[in-house]
Amino acid sequence: MLKKIFVWFLLAVLGIALYASFGRAPFGENRVGPTDNPATVSAFYLKNSPEKLQTANSVTAIVVNFRGFDTLGEVTVLFLAATGLASILYRKEDEEGEHLPVRINLPASSIVRTGAKILFPLILLLGIYIFVHGHLTPGGGFQGGSVIATGFLLMFITYRRFGTNHKVMVWLESLSGLAFVLTGLYGLIKYGSFLQNTPDVGHLNDLVSGGLIPLIYIFIGIKVSTELTNVLDTLMNIKPKKR
Amino acid sequence: MTTFILFLVVMGIILIAAALYAVIQKDLLYAVLATGVVSLVLSVFFYLLQAPDVAITEAAIGIALTTIIFIITIRNTTRDEDIYSEDLINRFKNKEDA
Repeated sequence: MLKKIFVWFLLAVLGIALYASFGRAPFGENRVGPTDNPATVSAFYLKNSPEKLQTANSVTAIVVNFRGFDTLGEVTVLFLAATGLASILYRKEDEEGEHLPVRINLPASSIVRTGAKILFPLILLLGIYIFVHGHLTPGGGFQGGSVIATGFLLMFITYRRFGTNHKVMVWLESLSGLAFVLTGLYGLIKYGSFLQNTPDVGHLNDLVSGGLIPLIYIFIGIKVSTELTNVLDTLMNIKPKKR
Repeated sequence: MTTFILFLVVMGIILIAAALYAVIQKDLLYAVLATGVVSLVLSVFFYLLQAPDVAITEAAIGIALTTIIFIITIRNTTRDEDIYSEDLINRFKNKEDA
């Protein structure tokens, strides 16, 4: 009873705090200001991402270029979370010396199995499309990576024997993370600051444009997808305790 | 336009009702499914508020990945919200015996 009162009290405090901070902000008002002569940071980004970087999606320009170092930190956080989970839960073999994943008690029906087989490559294709076109259309490395992870999740819960090659996934994850850092170091060595973009940025709305932005987003996409798939694979292979 | 506003109101009611259900429900499996519904409605709202990239993330992570991780956790622990349930106490006792 006391616990329940405490929960409701916490929710009320959270609601009041959110309302107090966001309730005063004018809703729907243009607070960016003129983009021709930028006075705010957002106007600066909106002006410079199509003009200087030739990137149609200004969110991507902010995440990968203007705030690229923060993105490196985010990727590191995800990497640490996945590594910590794997170090706690990953088991090479069962007590009986078996390597088979123990997933669901009942096999999925044939409709689900056929549907999963058809949908799986399409989901992978959608995820790859999202992160390759990260600088043109909404989405990017994180979005595409999580879409790919849902495709693997579909296969994990449908087929009992479906498993990913753990070694390949870990290597892909590490190499793409390393490639991200090396791209940053390339900017540091050649142009004087970490993750500095190349001056050769191409034309707006081309597939190969924006300098290093699509390259970095492809690395992030591979890294996030393999990390989330590894997390799911590790979690799925826990043997449920007997009741 | 009126049908659109009606749609928004209905979606908002579903969102709040599912969130309250997730807090109230004692059976954690249903509570987790209700949080999945919250994520579903939220991703529709993100899309309507012109944030399609956030909508993709919310759809993939909120609906699929978080829900399945919670379901795996429930399978490996307990389905009852009450922390002092008989089931859990018995399991700790069995662990001490073994």
